[in-house]
Amino acid sequence: MALEDYKGVYIFAQQVDNKISPIALELLGKARDLADDLDDKTVTAILPGYQVGGLVDELAAYGADRVIVIDDPELKDYRTEPYAHAIASVINEYKPEILLIGATAIGRDLGPRVSARVHTGLTADCTKLDIGDFPLIAIPGQEQKHKQLLMTRPAFGGNTIATIACPDFRPQMATVRPGVMQKKDPDRSRKAEVINYNPGFVPNNCYTEIEKIVKEVSQVADIQAAKILVSGGRGVGSPENFKLLDDLADAIGGTVSCSRAVVDAGWKPKDLQVGQTGKTVRPHVYFAIGISGAIQHVAGMEESDIIIAINKDENAPIFDVADYGVVGDLNKIVPLLTKKIREAKAAKANA
Amino acid sequence: MDFQLDKEHEMARSLFKEFAEKEVKPHAIEVDETEVFPRETVNKMAKYGFLGIPIPKEYGGQGCDVLTYVMCVEELAKVCGTTAVIVSAHTSLCMDPILTFGTEEQKKKYLPDLASGKKLGAFGLTEPGAGTDAQGVQTKAVLSEDGKEWILNGSKCFITNGKEADVYIIIAYTDVVLDKKGRKQKKFSAFIVDKGLPGFTFGTKENKMGIRGSSTYELIFQDVHVPAENLLGQRGKGFPIAMHTLDGGRIGIAAQALGLAEGALGRTVDYVKERKQFGRAIAQFQNTQFQLANLKTETDAAKLLVYKAARAKEAAAANGYKTRFSEDAAEAKLFAAETAMDVTTKCVQLFGGYGYIREYEVERMMRDAKITEIYEGTSEVQRMVISGAMLK
Amino acid sequence: MKVVVCVKQVPDTKGGVKFKPDGTLDRSAMLAIMNPDDKAGLEAALRLKDEYGAEVSVVTMGLPKADAVLREAFAMGADKGYLVTDRVLGGADTWATSTTLAGALRNLDYDLIITGRQAIDGDTAQVGPQISEHLHIPVISYAEDIKVNPEEGTVEVKRQFEDRYHIVKAKMPCLITCLSELNEPRYMTPGGIFDAFQKDVTVWGRKDLKDVKDEDIGKVGSPTQIAKASDKVAKGKGEQVIPDSPEEAVDYIMGKLDEKHVI
Repeated sequence: MALEDYKGVYIFAQQVDNKISPIALELLGKARDLADDLDDKTVTAILPGYQVGGLVDELAAYGADRVIVIDDPELKDYRTEPYAHAIASVINEYKPEILLIGATAIGRDLGPRVSARVHTGLTADCTKLDIGDFPLIAIPGQEQKHKQLLMTRPAFGGNTIATIACPDFRPQMATVRPGVMQKKDPDRSRKAEVINYNPGFVPNNCYTEIEKIVKEVSQVADIQAAKILVSGGRGVGSPENFKLLDDLADAIGGTVSCSRAVVDAGWKPKDLQVGQTGKTVRPHVYFAIGISGAIQHVAGMEESDIIIAINKDENAPIFDVADYGVVGDLNKIVPLLTKKIREAKAAKANA
Repeated sequence: MDFQLDKEHEMARSLFKEFAEKEVKPHAIEVDETEVFPRETVNKMAKYGFLGIPIPKEYGGQGCDVLTYVMCVEELAKVCGTTAVIVSAHTSLCMDPILTFGTEEQKKKYLPDLASGKKLGAFGLTEPGAGTDAQGVQTKAVLSEDGKEWILNGSKCFITNGKEADVYIIIAYTDVVLDKKGRKQKKFSAFIVDKGLPGFTFGTKENKMGIRGSSTYELIFQDVHVPAENLLGQRGKGFPIAMHTLDGGRIGIAAQALGLAEGALGRTVDYVKERKQFGRAIAQFQNTQFQLANLKTETDAAKLLVYKAARAKEAAAANGYKTRFSEDAAEAKLFAAETAMDVTTKCVQLFGGYGYIREYEVERMMRDAKITEIYEGTSEVQRMVISGAMLK
Repeated sequence: MKVVVCVKQVPDTKGGVKFKPDGTLDRSAMLAIMNPDDKAGLEAALRLKDEYGAEVSVVTMGLPKADAVLREAFAMGADKGYLVTDRVLGGADTWATSTTLAGALRNLDYDLIITGRQAIDGDTAQVGPQISEHLHIPVISYAEDIKVNPEEGTVEVKRQFEDRYHIVKAKMPCLITCLSELNEPRYMTPGGIFDAFQKDVTVWGRKDLKDVKDEDIGKVGSPTQIAKASDKVAKGKGEQVIPDSPEEAVDYIMGKLDEKHVI
């Protein structure tokens, strides 16, 4: 393998039902940044699917310089083998230096199959990608390679963080966690070079058959699955006043939960209780509103990524675990916060 | 003496622990609160062989040793005293006497269903007028004229697994003889009695302080016809059978007591690390530290006695009970029960106000612990057994 | 029918992760358990044993102490156990691990290979699909339900995606990776545990791997290399502000939400 033959940053442009998945746009955003740090600054999107030519402009608007379209009936719905064949064929034909794939239910199946086929490394579920030196610091007697892809990922249920490189194989492959990378503001005037490529699809023993596709929409409020929790305690004051929290949850796209005191008072059902005798939660954002932060409560939420506490008692123990603690009156702060979030979202939607 | 458990026992413990945490613990508060027998849990235990641990495989059991059984009761008791005693009464008080004293036919008829948990077992000795003093037993069995049946009359009280069991070992007197001084002495026999026999009914359910989900009932026998082949052991040898059974039962109860102490202590250690007073965790106060040290030491000492008793019973069973294990069992139960009471009481104290609240469960463990000083021979009886052997 | 399950022994993270004084992970202080997704895979295999009399073999790669997960598998009902262990296999990434396991699996007859979706220590979800590629058999990831049709020689799997599921049919032999949501694994039985330690575990080393090159295994055979590993710092007290007005409070929170890309 002549490593220098591999050039450019590629992304797998995941589409489902002929709609570009948000992760593909996020990958383009990151690919753009990475390419700027490399000699070959071309960003290429690989777009497998059936009758997907219409999606090229969107990929261009979000940063693709080039789109390799692989259009074939075998690629209509995701199946491992034809998709792996498509991507592996592109790798062999076009030799990317870097290939990014979304760490979605599709990408986490496709990525490993492709990496095994083309014999290269794959780093799963990355949360940070940089171009840099490997080893990070020069070690006497070992060649330090420059402009390597440094892939950072949490392991051990998020308890450790590792940065991984793939110095001797190409492409350098990573799957990237959705929602972490930022997509660029779209530029509708951008055009991408389009390459139509078809490696040929001959069904073999590895082809599977999709017998049925069932789309599901979940209805149940599962506080353990929620990414954002708006949690209220005794300080909310009354069951009626929980309306403030409902509104905030609605505005930010979160779910309402509560402390034990609230359940004991009969304001909310036990299913929504966070804490030692309730549920243990680990959302991305946890709002603790009017919750004093008894150890029994904290035990159930301290693993949350970001804890924002609002409480009028500046000595409340909740502030010992909160990333951002605000001392003040929730009755004034929460409605205003809801309003501001709605405004910010509306502004974004119109942008 | 070997103080190191082998890999098999370590793995068995991890099994019991996982099962207890996942399947038993979530229901413990409710079982105590509602006094409802945890039938679903019993069915699950049956599925995984927990109801036939020390029974040979040829009788449908798991073929494990007494220590494995003891560890099962111990781990269950760490999270739920009720569930632990269900297993203990079933195993030690019903299956063990059948295994030890039963005929081949009796073993084949009863043990597979009991060991697989298809049926649950119980044991009836205690009566309103006879607890520690067996001579007070009023329940009487008379052989029918054709010699085919025993007619059983009387009642038994405080029977664990009472209404929920299917097979009962019942002690009744079958003869009255005169002793050397010319006093009347009852001679007892043991019977295997099936639920559902005409005349076999249940009296009141006891409303108890602890182990509230265990079904404690009065058993009533009114002209119950028990087939002659259900006589367990020889006629007139019921008292030694009952004593042997209680010796074994004491090891089960000792394991229950041990588990209660360990369970309460474990929760307390977690609690004192988290609970803050005067700006620091109460674990940082020397009173807490010294108390915990004492409780741990007591509990570990109890554990050694309980495991030693299990080994002693195992060894005795291997030689057809030529060696005794009564004193080992009595010491284990005496010490473990008193330890359980001491540890749980002090754990409640270390919890402070929360310790008195049901949700925190240590108060339940304290209530559950009390019975271990009473049933299957009170602590006073254990002292009689131990000193009796010393002064013989 | 022959089913092979790949399992991994992992440190139990449930009781909290323990660190050594130097800040690195203390694996020895944590209980070693069978990886939960793999256990669901084993349960799926045991159900095929219950239903069709399938023979269930379990393969694990790891240190000699990984023997314990094979004993556990026996105690749950597995028939055969294979421990792949060798010094030269150490430090393998997912590519080298899957190459090694494929080399071991080539020695066995199988209609179905089941792996867990991912291990709780690495969370990569890569080894299963990579094994399938090395063995040139189909893979169905994220199985939530498995139905086998032994006459047809096919499997039908409910394959989970974010917003939908597919019912996918594949020819056997094939590989399925399954989620712990697939089922509730059975417990061991006490008697099964004691029997498990009487059974033989087949131990395979480097020389027993079929069609595997030396340069493709262990640390040497791993395309990825660790540049840096660090432990996440335990959460302490963050910022605390006492704003003068609700507006100021909201501005502060909005600033943080924006900074963290929450909105």
